[in-house]
Amino acid sequence: MSYQLSHLRALEAEGIHIMREVAAEFERPVLLFSGGKDSIVMLELAIRAFAPAKIPFPVMHVDTGHNFPEVIEFRDSRLERAGARLIVASVQDSIDQGRVTEVTGPRASRNQLQTVTLLDAIEEHGFDAVFGGARRDEEKARAKERVFSFRDDFGQWDPKGQRPEVWSLYNGRHRKGEHIRVFPISNWTELDVWQYLHEEDVEIPPIYFAHERRVFERDGMLLSESPHIELLEGETVFTETVRYRTIGDMTCTGAVESGAATLQAIIEEVAATRITERGATRADDRVSEAAMEDRKKEGYF
Amino acid sequence: MELLRFATAGSVDDGKSTLIGRLLYDSKTIFQDQLEAVERTSVERGDEYTNLALLTDGLRAEREQGITIDVAYRYFATPRRKFIIADTPGHIQYTRNMVTGASTANVALVLVDARNGIVEQSRRHAFLASLLRIPHLVVCINKMDLVDWSEDRYEEIKAEFRQFATKLDINDLTFIPVSALLGDNVVDRSDNMKWYEGLPLLRFLEEVHIASDRNLIDSRFPVQYVIRPMSSSGMDYRGYAGTVSGGVFKPGDEVVVLPSGFTSTIAAIDGPNGPIDEAYPPMSVTIRLTDEIDISRGDMICRPKNQPIASQDVEAMVCWMSEVGSLQPRQKLAIKHTTRWARAMVNDVQYRLDVNTLHRDEEASALALNEIGRVSLRTTAPLFFDEYRRNRFTGSFILVDESTNNTVAAGMILGES
Repeated sequence: MSYQLSHLRALEAEGIHIMREVAAEFERPVLLFSGGKDSIVMLELAIRAFAPAKIPFPVMHVDTGHNFPEVIEFRDSRLERAGARLIVASVQDSIDQGRVTEVTGPRASRNQLQTVTLLDAIEEHGFDAVFGGARRDEEKARAKERVFSFRDDFGQWDPKGQRPEVWSLYNGRHRKGEHIRVFPISNWTELDVWQYLHEEDVEIPPIYFAHERRVFERDGMLLSESPHIELLEGETVFTETVRYRTIGDMTCTGAVESGAATLQAIIEEVAATRITERGATRADDRVSEAAMEDRKKEGYF
Repeated sequence: MELLRFATAGSVDDGKSTLIGRLLYDSKTIFQDQLEAVERTSVERGDEYTNLALLTDGLRAEREQGITIDVAYRYFATPRRKFIIADTPGHIQYTRNMVTGASTANVALVLVDARNGIVEQSRRHAFLASLLRIPHLVVCINKMDLVDWSEDRYEEIKAEFRQFATKLDINDLTFIPVSALLGDNVVDRSDNMKWYEGLPLLRFLEEVHIASDRNLIDSRFPVQYVIRPMSSSGMDYRGYAGTVSGGVFKPGDEVVVLPSGFTSTIAAIDGPNGPIDEAYPPMSVTIRLTDEIDISRGDMICRPKNQPIASQDVEAMVCWMSEVGSLQPRQKLAIKHTTRWARAMVNDVQYRLDVNTLHRDEEASALALNEIGRVSLRTTAPLFFDEYRRNRFTGSFILVDESTNNTVAAGMILGES
């Protein structure tokens, strides 16, 4: 008997350990759930960590109002099946209350506004631990973030002042008003996520698979036609067979041309691809080389 | 596919970032958009060649100053293994960073510049790797292209390192001559050093045997969380969730629970996907017992005839990791060991270790940032521990400052004091 754990099983065990640690040591944890594949893996780990009991914390969606309808449908049915309590923090509410100002114009995106809505919701509900599905392979700034990432009263991340994190001894101590962002799938790569979803036969929203969609091209990305986005001069809508590698707002998430209709086909495509998922499909990360670092410092996911 | 974690340590000049960049690049883990960004930046900075080091320099401050802050994690996979690299800088904060990055590593990779040979920093990295009990140490003798691929030079450095390593506790030591810049012996065997008969670095990382590095003998299960469904289904379920920290547990095993000393038998073990026949490190499972006994977080489940030390007096090597304050006698701190928190008082600092010369300074009475020493502690509640050299899970702890909540020290247990 070799007592060997496959890499997916080892990553799963690590994620479950982190979730149980949080459930045991914090008063009010919450799990951020967007309906994207990373948050689906997190939800799956949470279900497994506490079975047969229900997940001992609520699930929160920071809703920009610019979602893919298929994803919202999936969110509601999946959470109902899991018996999880859903909290929706709405960017539209933040706009209506004058907390943030809607950006207008054809390139308008509510992506930046989410940070305020997220921090307000954390404050309102008194959450002291917030699970996020960020992975260290996604982006350079994330590669340096701890699993337990301390946030001050303003929700800020201080990359130079991070707590040392040794062995699996996580330190979640904090004062009232401060909170800890917790990233249980820090060590997973995009391929690990796809392989896990495949091996474990986990349900995901249909837009991850190849489908026909009315799209237009902008900045080298294929964006979906939607009521939330205005066309610029010269942009024309056409029908293409596409799928999504990441799920964010309809206004800033690009589709990739693909015929991959099964998880197996997606895995083969991801294994062969030569462009990172964020580079390929996220307008929000293209602003500058340090775009993610700056947003993270302010309290972004 | 198995997971291998390795830690790299090195300074700005010895080519560590280039070596990692090369591993990622040659194993085709670098994506086109990342490479294009690096090529653009290289041109802007006026570098003569595509600076692969830029692939691993994450934060803006680092790119501007050309240094690496803190630990960065990198990922790549080959058909045989998935790798997690903890990349730690070798400059001033080296000790804290290396402890942070290397605490869970299977392999430590130390770089030596072939022109300079063994320097203070190489010794320090090797010492920290042995202190942290990283099971395998690989010394990459880099920049072989700059010493005309000289076998004599390689042998000379190797002999010098071996001489120093006799003072350390290193199980498995391997030397590889490489040129990170040109790629020799990184992924592919070098044509320039046909005299070298060992494996290139990547092949070594794919093949090194790590399965027996875990402790599969001393069964240890620190209880992390008690699962007790509150539902109307009438289901009577009480499970003790946690991560197996040593040994193998099976249904039917007789166990004892510390600190109560109650004994029981394992009725079932639930894995993430349902009941399983056995559980071993580092699996996260839920154990059910045949008897209803009072068990809570921080308790330890083990075998009656193989128990950890239960004591409030702990002797340990401690590394102080905070810019603020120092570790001193009579100081009180919070301690986290497995899933148990307690308070600890420093009884005594017995000596401070010079990480460069291994000299023990017995006059020292405090440990400042990046200093390591032998310390005895008294805790408010008993801890259930093993020697760190026997078990990294049950032999390690952190100390937390109760006023700032910062993690200020990492400890490796030597035994009961």
